Amino acid sequence: MKLNVAGIKFSYNHFPVLDDVSFSLEPGRILGVLGVNGAGKTTILKCLNRILTPGTGSVYIDGREVRHMHRNAIAKYFGYVPQRSPDSLLTVFDSVLLGRRPYIKWNATKKDLLIVEDILRQLGCAHLSQRVTSELSGGELQKVIIARALAQEPKVLLLDEPTSSLDLKNQLQVMNIIKNAVHNYNLSAVVSMHDINLALRFADSFLMLKDGNVRFLSGKSELSPDVIEEVYGVKVIINQVNDYQIIIPYE
Amino acid sequence: MFPMVQSEFHIIEARRANIRPKLYLLFVLFFALVILIVFAIIVGAYELNLKTIIRALIGLEEGHAEVIVWGIRMPRITAAIITGCGLGLAGMGTQSLLRNPLASPFTLGISQGAAFGAALSIVALGAGAMRGSALRTADAGSFNIFNIYAVTFFAFLGSITATVVILLLARIKKLSPESIILAGVALSSIFTSGTILIQYFATETEIASVVFWTFGDVARSNWIEIGVLSIVTLLVLAYFMYNRWNLNAVSAGDDTAKGLGVETGRLRLAGMFLAALVSALATAFHGVIAFLGLLAPHIARRLTGADHGLLIPYSCIIGSILLLAADTLGRILIGSGSLPVGVLTSFMGAPLFLYLLMKGLNK
Repeated sequence: MKLNVAGIKFSYNHFPVLDDVSFSLEPGRILGVLGVNGAGKTTILKCLNRILTPGTGSVYIDGREVRHMHRNAIAKYFGYVPQRSPDSLLTVFDSVLLGRRPYIKWNATKKDLLIVEDILRQLGCAHLSQRVTSELSGGELQKVIIARALAQEPKVLLLDEPTSSLDLKNQLQVMNIIKNAVHNYNLSAVVSMHDINLALRFADSFLMLKDGNVRFLSGKSELSPDVIEEVYGVKVIINQVNDYQIIIPYE
Repeated sequence: MFPMVQSEFHIIEARRANIRPKLYLLFVLFFALVILIVFAIIVGAYELNLKTIIRALIGLEEGHAEVIVWGIRMPRITAAIITGCGLGLAGMGTQSLLRNPLASPFTLGISQGAAFGAALSIVALGAGAMRGSALRTADAGSFNIFNIYAVTFFAFLGSITATVVILLLARIKKLSPESIILAGVALSSIFTSGTILIQYFATETEIASVVFWTFGDVARSNWIEIGVLSIVTLLVLAYFMYNRWNLNAVSAGDDTAKGLGVETGRLRLAGMFLAALVSALATAFHGVIAFLGLLAPHIARRLTGADHGLLIPYSCIIGSILLLAADTLGRILIGSGSLPVGVLTSFMGAPLFLYLLMKGLNK
């Protein structure tokens, strides 16, 4: 199910944040959204599932324009993982069960409960199911929030800096969870990231934003030190170590 | 889309095992309320034995017993139950919708707004004297349906004014939870000053009734008022129960809730409007009952956690128990109808409020 984004513009109180952002994404692919702080990474994610409504431009999923869809219908296409989540006294199970809200009429059905159970097992969070989410570590909490987005049975995952407050091991675990979900269920994922090396490792293509404009939109092989310097204002070299490309700033 | 993994269902079983005792406790609380009701019917200046009370309840007694049970004690008890339930519900709603543990109709100034509106309609617009229990003599029999509508309408106008200001501050200025409560203090102060100003221009009788009223007392309502409050409370209860998944989603933050398909703006507006409506009716009929809307949902959260499927009924039943217990205690301490229940709920709620405020500021 293809995601098409055409000419998105967005302003906060007349201050332009996004200017003419367009891209498309095939199922089974991860798009890394990169750029400095304030470049518009969070804003573009929120425009995709209409948490924010863009001034102009359109988002199409499955041939339908998101602008004209009911919010509940959007929630069946897009699973959203925010950058920060407030403390909650809900249990892990109930937090993930919230992902079934778009499907629940009055009460959660057995199918809903089974889906939650299944996802918790797949993500290795089964033992946490009755813990209160406010007692979890950062890594555990992030997995629970991704589990909630997966429980929505989405076609597209939107993840806003999912690894930003995690240690190295949890960063890799969380990114592997995302990668596996994308491949196993043939989803698309749009992931905003700060860690450019982590992005290089997991993303299939890159959207680089600067001042709300798209500066680069392509695959790994086309990424050059010049592009990175233009976007981040830092001189870098790109090296190959084993199977991995790594970017090293030298300024 | 997701292939089901073969499992022994123990995660779902663990959830059931977690929920079961909370359901049992809900029944225990309900049973405690029933016992409290029986106790509240028995206790009073005029001594009645259990047999007489039961006979009076099913309509087999006439004379004193019937008047005392159906004319005095049952209206008062029912009013306490419904008002407690309504304020618990309104408190739960404001706390969840604003994601603010300090929010309640009283701490946001919604109740004071209602009191101001009601006092204005009574004194300035002559909508009729308040039927305080201490003043229940001459006009107790004369009941004017227009007055109820007028008082209720103005109480609602006052409460909705406070609600709109709070919502605007929360939305436009994005104030912190503590700042919202400070705004509530400012609003309370304005409305209370307004109520005092009205008293300045009132006759002695009106002053007496307004002053008495500001304490909050469940003994002054009649069956029609209780009926109106009951219907509205049940409708608001149904609305919140219907939206319990949405309220859970809002507790995870507005962006997440929107991402889960919740129309957060509409939910917050409708929920706050209904919370204000219940508070307005409760205040119009029974005066300002302080802190109950703060206290009940907090105790409920401690007992059952954050899932609104349980939190909502818990908040209702705990609100009812607290208000009926406080009112009955007031009757035992001083004698029938003399100690307004609002005074007792203040004594219960103010320490909790201070505790929460300190805990919040230390974060």
